[in-house]
Amino acid sequence: MSVNTTTTDARQAAASTTATGPAGAVKAVSLPEPAAASGNAKIMRTAGIALLIMGLTAPFMAGNFLIFQLTMMLIYGIAILGLNILTGINGQFSLGHGAFYAVGAYTAAIMMDQFGVGYLWTLPVAGIICFIVGFLFGLPALRLEGIYLALATFALAVVTPQLFKLSPFEHWTSGVMGIVISKPEAPLGLPLNPDQWLYFLTLAIGLVAYVCARNLVGSRTGRALMAIRDNPIAAGSMGVNTALFKSLAFGVSALYTGVAGALGAIVVQYISPDSFTFTLSVALVVGLVVGGVGWLPGALFGGAFIMFVPNIAEELSKGLSGAVYGAIMILMMYAIPTGLGGLLKAALTALSKRSKTG
Amino acid sequence: MQANTASAPPQLAVRDVVVRFGGIVALDGIAFDLHKGEILGLIGPNGAGKTTLFNCLSRLYTPASGDILYDGNSVLSRRPHDMPAIGIGRSFQNVALFQRMTVRDNIRVGAHAASRSDFFSDALHLPWVRRQEAAVDATVSELIDYLGLGAVADLPVEGLPFGTRKRVEIARALAIRPGVLLLDEPAGGLNHDEVGELGRLIKSIRDDRGVTILLVEHHMGLVMSISDKVVVLSFGRKIAEGTPAEVQQNPDVIAAYLGGPAE
Repeated sequence: MSVNTTTTDARQAAASTTATGPAGAVKAVSLPEPAAASGNAKIMRTAGIALLIMGLTAPFMAGNFLIFQLTMMLIYGIAILGLNILTGINGQFSLGHGAFYAVGAYTAAIMMDQFGVGYLWTLPVAGIICFIVGFLFGLPALRLEGIYLALATFALAVVTPQLFKLSPFEHWTSGVMGIVISKPEAPLGLPLNPDQWLYFLTLAIGLVAYVCARNLVGSRTGRALMAIRDNPIAAGSMGVNTALFKSLAFGVSALYTGVAGALGAIVVQYISPDSFTFTLSVALVVGLVVGGVGWLPGALFGGAFIMFVPNIAEELSKGLSGAVYGAIMILMMYAIPTGLGGLLKAALTALSKRSKTG
Repeated sequence: MQANTASAPPQLAVRDVVVRFGGIVALDGIAFDLHKGEILGLIGPNGAGKTTLFNCLSRLYTPASGDILYDGNSVLSRRPHDMPAIGIGRSFQNVALFQRMTVRDNIRVGAHAASRSDFFSDALHLPWVRRQEAAVDATVSELIDYLGLGAVADLPVEGLPFGTRKRVEIARALAIRPGVLLLDEPAGGLNHDEVGELGRLIKSIRDDRGVTILLVEHHMGLVMSISDKVVVLSFGRKIAEGTPAEVQQNPDVIAAYLGGPAE
């Protein structure tokens, strides 16, 4: 009896306050109707399938160099996906993911070069090693937040390439000389050239990585990570072991980036410490922000941005390519400050609103 | 009912808790019992130590001496994130929700301690994880109905009216399935009608769900109308304990509130 009155009263209270409150009024307008919501999901699914078909057919129409570029785009996308789990979902900032990329790349290269391990086996090993490195780095990072964490991760990005140059490790890393890797052929007599094969391998790994990330975000673990991002004390009071989850988020994020690094080493066929300067870490952050922080599909667009836009800038002006790149970036941030993810969300909201009124 | 519960061991026992911040004694030997099915109002003027005690109960602070027992076991060795599993849920004074998550996801986080999973199983969305999610969703849907949050269930919390967010927070705390629910000034910022509404809600949580309630509150009308027992703090000491009627007659309480020698 009392429950009944409570709930109806409460509902009325909610309705009246939603209608009158200024913030509530906006929300009330954008209340997703079930039909509109499923319409949006349909648009997203159609777009996803179209992208996948493009992705599957592209290597048969493009030249080898473009295929290589598309492969690198996917690789950066996987790395940005990892960064997104850490920054977008868990709210921890990293300016040092280039370091995990480098560790993954060196793991793969050393295993192939020194121990003759098959390239496919290097990927899980690079992932596991980077998970451990990331988790261990995440432990001291627990004491740091915001810009202080950014500085600590910045240090990681600066130090790591130097470590690979050190003489005690030279036997394995070949120091500044770097390591040359031979390009793998397509297995099982598949009618693909090596570039096409590596492209499809990367695409498959990228898809698995994306599906896993999506599952993770939509699960108990993902909700715990987002709860920590939004309010760590309240998350703790709900039973979330914030220290453990933050360290694990660092580990998983590094795992993604490490697998990307290993793939990158195999695809580029050469690594040296100077392939992984601080610029790489910054590029990954740029890709994250351009794609949309917290929006997982944004990783693909972020990867495309950091792969292709510098080239476009170079074509526009050879001498001032850096300046042009910077200008494009500033324009992007003015035009879509929330990244492509934010733009898409706004567009879909506007679309569903129009379909409701029209 | 009072006589019945008084003989039973207390569900939550606060034993001579002392908290010091530097030279200031914030809590000076506070002791009281909370029995199963009771609503206990904890009141006192500003700076009396109510929130400090609250933070001891949710393990954000550790007392310098004294003990806090839940079902006879000390909770002082537990960490804050262990408390939901023990059976203690809480709300926050200024509403501490997860702003960018939906109402539904906020309440789902409340079920975190009552469920199990790991990164690996969640990433692969294994069948047992799916079954558990279905069970969590059923609990959460029931709470959304119970608190009348259906219309806003899939909206992000930020931008919702304050009264609605307060209810989301109570729903999230109930998702813990607590034995004892700690409410920190739930009436703060609510208008007259909403406070009456809240009083009925708190009573129904106790009556229908069998949840014991510790209510820290400034709103005298609310505390006096729904509490079985009231504990009054002033400057870190317990100055009175009893039924609302007894406490309202207590000269020390009147002095503490209206200004006596202590002021």
